Amino acid sequence: MNSNKYQTVIGLEVHVHLKTVTKLFCRCRNEFGGVPNTHICPVCTGQPGSLPVINKQAVKQATKAALVLGCEIQRTSGTVKRRIDEKGKYVFESGTTGTFDSVFSRKQYFYPDLPKNYQISQYEKPLAVDGKVFLEEASILLTRVHMEEDAGKLIHTEGDISLVDYNRTGAPLIEVVTEPRIDSPRKASEYLKRLRQILRYCDISDCDMEKGSMRCDANISLKKSDDTQLGTKVEIKNMNSFKAVEKALEYEVLRIAKLLDEGEKIIQETRLWDESRSMTFSMRSKEEAHDYRYFPDPDLPSLIIEDALIDEIGTELPKELPLDRKHRYMEAPLCLSDYDAEVLTQDKVVADYFEEALKGLKVHSPGCAGKLSNWITVELFGMINSQGIEFSDQPVKPEYMAELIEFIEDGKISGKMAKDIIREIWDTGKSPFCIIEEKGLKQITSYDEIEKICQGVIDDNPGIVKKYLDGKEGVIGALVGGVMKKTQGQANPNRVNEKLKEILKGK
Amino acid sequence: MPIREIVEQIKRGDKSCKDILNDIFPRIEQGHKKLNTFITLFIDRAMERAEKLDKMISSGKETGCLTGIPVAIKDNMLLEGTPTTCGSKMLENYISPYTATAVRKLEEAGAVIVGKTNMDEFAMGSSGENSFFGPTKNPHDPAKIPGGSSSGSAAAVADGQVMAALGSDTGGSIRQPAAMCGVVGMKPTYGFVSRYGLVAFASSLDQIGPFASTVEDAALVLKVIAGHDPKDSTSGNLGGWTPDPILKLDKGIEGRKIGIPKEYMAEGLSDDIRQRIEDTAKGLEKKGAIIKRDISLSLTDYSVAVYYIIAPAEASANLARYDGVKYGYRSMQGKDLQDDYKLSRQEGFGDEVKRRIMIGTYALSSGYYDAYYLKAQKVRELMKKDFMKVFNEVDFILAPTTPSTAFEIGEKIDDPLQMYLFDIYTTSCNLTGLPGMSIPAGKDSNGLPIGIQLITRWYNDPHLFTLAKEIEKIYEQ
Repeated sequence: MNSNKYQTVIGLEVHVHLKTVTKLFCRCRNEFGGVPNTHICPVCTGQPGSLPVINKQAVKQATKAALVLGCEIQRTSGTVKRRIDEKGKYVFESGTTGTFDSVFSRKQYFYPDLPKNYQISQYEKPLAVDGKVFLEEASILLTRVHMEEDAGKLIHTEGDISLVDYNRTGAPLIEVVTEPRIDSPRKASEYLKRLRQILRYCDISDCDMEKGSMRCDANISLKKSDDTQLGTKVEIKNMNSFKAVEKALEYEVLRIAKLLDEGEKIIQETRLWDESRSMTFSMRSKEEAHDYRYFPDPDLPSLIIEDALIDEIGTELPKELPLDRKHRYMEAPLCLSDYDAEVLTQDKVVADYFEEALKGLKVHSPGCAGKLSNWITVELFGMINSQGIEFSDQPVKPEYMAELIEFIEDGKISGKMAKDIIREIWDTGKSPFCIIEEKGLKQITSYDEIEKICQGVIDDNPGIVKKYLDGKEGVIGALVGGVMKKTQGQANPNRVNEKLKEILKGK
Repeated sequence: MPIREIVEQIKRGDKSCKDILNDIFPRIEQGHKKLNTFITLFIDRAMERAEKLDKMISSGKETGCLTGIPVAIKDNMLLEGTPTTCGSKMLENYISPYTATAVRKLEEAGAVIVGKTNMDEFAMGSSGENSFFGPTKNPHDPAKIPGGSSSGSAAAVADGQVMAALGSDTGGSIRQPAAMCGVVGMKPTYGFVSRYGLVAFASSLDQIGPFASTVEDAALVLKVIAGHDPKDSTSGNLGGWTPDPILKLDKGIEGRKIGIPKEYMAEGLSDDIRQRIEDTAKGLEKKGAIIKRDISLSLTDYSVAVYYIIAPAEASANLARYDGVKYGYRSMQGKDLQDDYKLSRQEGFGDEVKRRIMIGTYALSSGYYDAYYLKAQKVRELMKKDFMKVFNEVDFILAPTTPSTAFEIGEKIDDPLQMYLFDIYTTSCNLTGLPGMSIPAGKDSNGLPIGIQLITRWYNDPHLFTLAKEIEKIYEQ
């Protein structure tokens, strides 16, 4: 079996749940959880006589998403796209695909989680076309972004009864479709990560695959490099994490390659990923052709994006996308590592906090930014996670973070002391300066003082000293420990180490 | 007596709302028994409302321009707490969870709704014979059809059971029964009245409109129910302005140009009706109108075909929700989900409804969408242009409402195509969105009412009442 002689062709369809106050076509709350069937009304339960009315906030979020993903949108004064100019700035410019309407269509099929037995979606005339998502070393082209309403949730109980919860029916979604040009499962999962990052960054969606606010289906086919036509595509569903997407696609690459090697025909089908058995299996014994009988929804007018809305969005979109920001952090003068830069730019609030704190740092020794980054991503994140709160709710002000780092750089306090101090800041909201003053937590750094204490510890521990002098250099740690104990951790450990060695040398 | 004057009496204290209701109640009882006009009567509820209104009046509070007037609404309009059956077994036990906007406006104006009227199932029919609850009969001759699909509303007004009623019109379902029963029935410009709470048949064609015995009464009811509704995205927004039908009632028609389309006066039209239209035209000329007898609506022949593709197509999607899962009839015999769907819909829907769902599904299906639905929509656009051209030459169109007067119950029911062809003069207004009204113009040689149709430009509804008033005067003798 040789899967290298085939080219992998992957296309991804991602459904993203938009952050809005209310649902797409009615005033019900757009929220997760909640007691079943409590966020419902005549419209989202498909009562006779009910009619859809478009949610303007959802349109704004969808338009924002489309623009930030580099798509082309029809607005009142022509089409528009957002791209980077020569100066590296984002600008709006006219698109090139001519004028087009955006129309809502009815996608018809019968299922209990779909109250009207049709879904209001978009078919021939989507909100936006084209688009591009940048990865570290590639870019993924998008075919389209369109709006649609979500269906409800079916809960299968033991026995023959299924229950349906309409809380989610009518929730606003966008569907982001890539061109079928992703050439590896790895790239597919990286695309998903970047897509998620961008949409979270712009506060368009939480993109949480576990909660279901981001769902991914994949299409995959294989072809020989010299084939001009694409191979038969297989649809894969039920992948509930980025890792699952990658594993499922890797599995399929092998499965399809094996079939092709054996001269078998690939059946166009839908397969489900089984996480527990790490394999895909066919969903249907025979392929049922879905004729959705799309037609434009006569209850809704064409969707026209006002110029004013585009302008409004233009002012609200971030001036740089997370990947750009990450690269900026990696360059001089910050010179953060790839890993640190990646972690900091996962969430806009974190990156904003970092830059706010940076402003407060007067000392700009090399590695200072890295230290700050570390303190945020290790200490601060650690406390946030243990408290189970959101980053934006944590109490340590960025200027206090900066102050703390300053004190460490100046040698006024040790790293270990700083860990205690940050906990104090968290609990009391006081500044590092105040806490240090109040508790008299000054690091002892004067060589005279240190020398005195070191001498004392050496005198008190003749056994350890003998071991050291006999060649067991490692035991100096115990002496350092002794000094730290005597000074309640306030001695500068490096200088203690230095002094002890100096004194012992002389013996 | 015009509704306006009755309301004045009530507000003066000469009569109470309760009196009015008590006076009319025997008429309702007897009339309904004879003609099967209602699916649900709620006299108790009506009585409560009448009492409430009387209290408000005696304590000096403001009440609306329809205070105390007994009215009925077609059973495809939701009124919270009351059954809305759409004349179907599918919704036989469905209780409305909310109230339609147009209906709410009626109640806010003080009207007293006495019940929900009989109708062709899901508004699909032209004779009143497609109701799960039995056919309604024509008050002028109970062996004849009252017309459809708003059969009960038309008959109830004609029979004096209520002073006004609401119907819905998708292909002629207000105008046609108005003609059959000898009352005024009007379909407003599409978007003039909110569709929120009207059970959808064909979303781009449906409109709610008034039935009444006189033009003025119909104008008053339309004034009450019209206006932009934010809950209906297809509801016309004229920048906050709602044209007032009452304003133009007595403006006269001196100098107005009225056209009679020659295609409408061709073969297939009964001689009585043809003559009546000509007589009406002459009467209008005497009042100063200019009649043009040669205007042309060349696409008339296509209107029924276009209608019977678009309406069923939209209906097939609108009626998909009736599956027994959330509400409505559910067959308990199904062995799995697919079975449940099939049996519930098979047993819950009548033949005509199933017929149209099948036609509509076919017209939208892959491989046929372009040839049928898309093509029909294109012809529809051409029809709009056709009318625009005509309205450059004239202000109104004078036309028949139906090819003949009321036929026998049972006469056409086995020939759906014959039934469809009866809609020839009414479907154009729905396809183009233009406002149309049928007003009584005497009787035929068999004593059955003749209705003639008036059509005008989009949102020119108030002027339609101007013309109608003049015609009404002609036939007052």
